[in-house]
Amino acid sequence: MAVVSIKNKLRRGNLLVGNDPYIPTDFESIATVTVGSGGSSSISFTSIPSTYTHLQLRFIARGTSTLARAAIRLNSDSNANYSLHYLYGDGSSAGAGGTGAQGQIDVTTIPTSSQTSNTFGSAVVDILDYANTNKNKTIRSLGGDDLNGSGGYSILYSGAWYNTNAVNTLTVVPGTVGSGDFAQYSHFALYGIKVAS
Amino acid sequence: MAITYEPIATTTLSTAAASVTFSSISGSYTDLLLVSVPLSGSSDNLTMQFNSDTGTNYSTTILTGNGSSASSTRQTSTATPYMSYYGLTNATPSPNFYHIMNYSNTTTYKTTLSRVGNASSSGGVDAIVMLWRSTSAITSILIKQYQGNNLSSGSTFTLYGIKAA
Repeated sequence: MAVVSIKNKLRRGNLLVGNDPYIPTDFESIATVTVGSGGSSSISFTSIPSTYTHLQLRFIARGTSTLARAAIRLNSDSNANYSLHYLYGDGSSAGAGGTGAQGQIDVTTIPTSSQTSNTFGSAVVDILDYANTNKNKTIRSLGGDDLNGSGGYSILYSGAWYNTNAVNTLTVVPGTVGSGDFAQYSHFALYGIKVAS
Repeated sequence: MAITYEPIATTTLSTAAASVTFSSISGSYTDLLLVSVPLSGSSDNLTMQFNSDTGTNYSTTILTGNGSSASSTRQTSTATPYMSYYGLTNATPSPNFYHIMNYSNTTTYKTTLSRVGNASSSGGVDAIVMLWRSTSAITSILIKQYQGNNLSSGSTFTLYGIKAA
C-alpha cells in the first residue's frame, strides 16, 4: 500500500517503522462518549455511516458494583446470535475458552468498584468489514486491566455476529461477569477506517 | 476532515544509545500509539518510564506464547516494567506496538496495551497490560533496556497521536 509522507510528500511503499512518518488521513473519529457522574448502563453509537471499511472502538472503562467485563452488541441485537473465543493471562497462568449463542461479545476485563481505585480496563476493538452485506461480521479485541498485583488480565478476544446486515449501531453493554454499570470517567471513542478503493 | 491520527515524532538511532525519549508531548490527543523496532547487541528487554518517574509505580500483567505453550507472569510495584519479549538482538528486529490509553486525562491511572514479539528461534509473542499508578497527564516517554544495555544503531521508534471527536 502506498502512503504519502508528511515530511517530504513522497509516496512510500509501505508503513514500516523507519520510513518517514505519514498521516493516515482515512482514520476518522466518528463519536466519543465520556461517562458522567452516576455511571451509565450502556453506551450507544447510532447512525454509523457505511462509508468506512472497518470500525475501531478504543476505550477505558471501570465497573460499578461487581461488573467485571465490557461487551458489545451490534444493531441492538440482544438475541443469541454471537460467539466468541478468548486467550488470557492472569499473572500466574494462561487459559483459553469460547462459547456460542451469546447475546453480546465480551471484549475486555474491567475492574469492579471494589478493586484498585482510579484503575480502568482498556480495549482496542476492530469491527471488520462492518458494512458488507454478504457475510457475517467478525471482531477482534486487545484488552485487559492490571491492578498492581491485586488481579487483572491480559486478554485477547475474537468474536462473530451471525448476521449479514451492515452494522449501523454499536452498543457497549455490561459483559458476562458480574453486574453493574460503567463508572464515571469511562471513555469510549469510535473511529472509522477507510481503505483505498 | 480533521486529522485524527498523526505522527508526533520519529527517532531512528544513528549510533547506539542508552535510551530514547519523547518529551513535551501535547495533551491534545486521546490516545498515543508507539511503534518500535528495537535492536540490541546484548540479549535484553525494553522498559518504559513516563514523566521521568523512576519510582516503583508500574505493574504489568503479561500473556506469553513461545511457540509451544502459553503462560502468564506479573510484575507488581516495579520501576522497570517489561515492555518487550525478552531477548532483543540485532539479528531479529522485534516489532512492538504500544497503545497508551487516555494518556492526558488527570483523573485515572494510565494503562498501556501492548503487542510485542521476537521472531527468533527462541522468541515468542507477548500481550502486555501495563499500569502506571499516576493521574498525571503523560508528557514524556523514556524507552531503555531493562539491564542497561545500549539500543543499537538502526533501532526505530515512532509516536503517533490519535484524536477523538
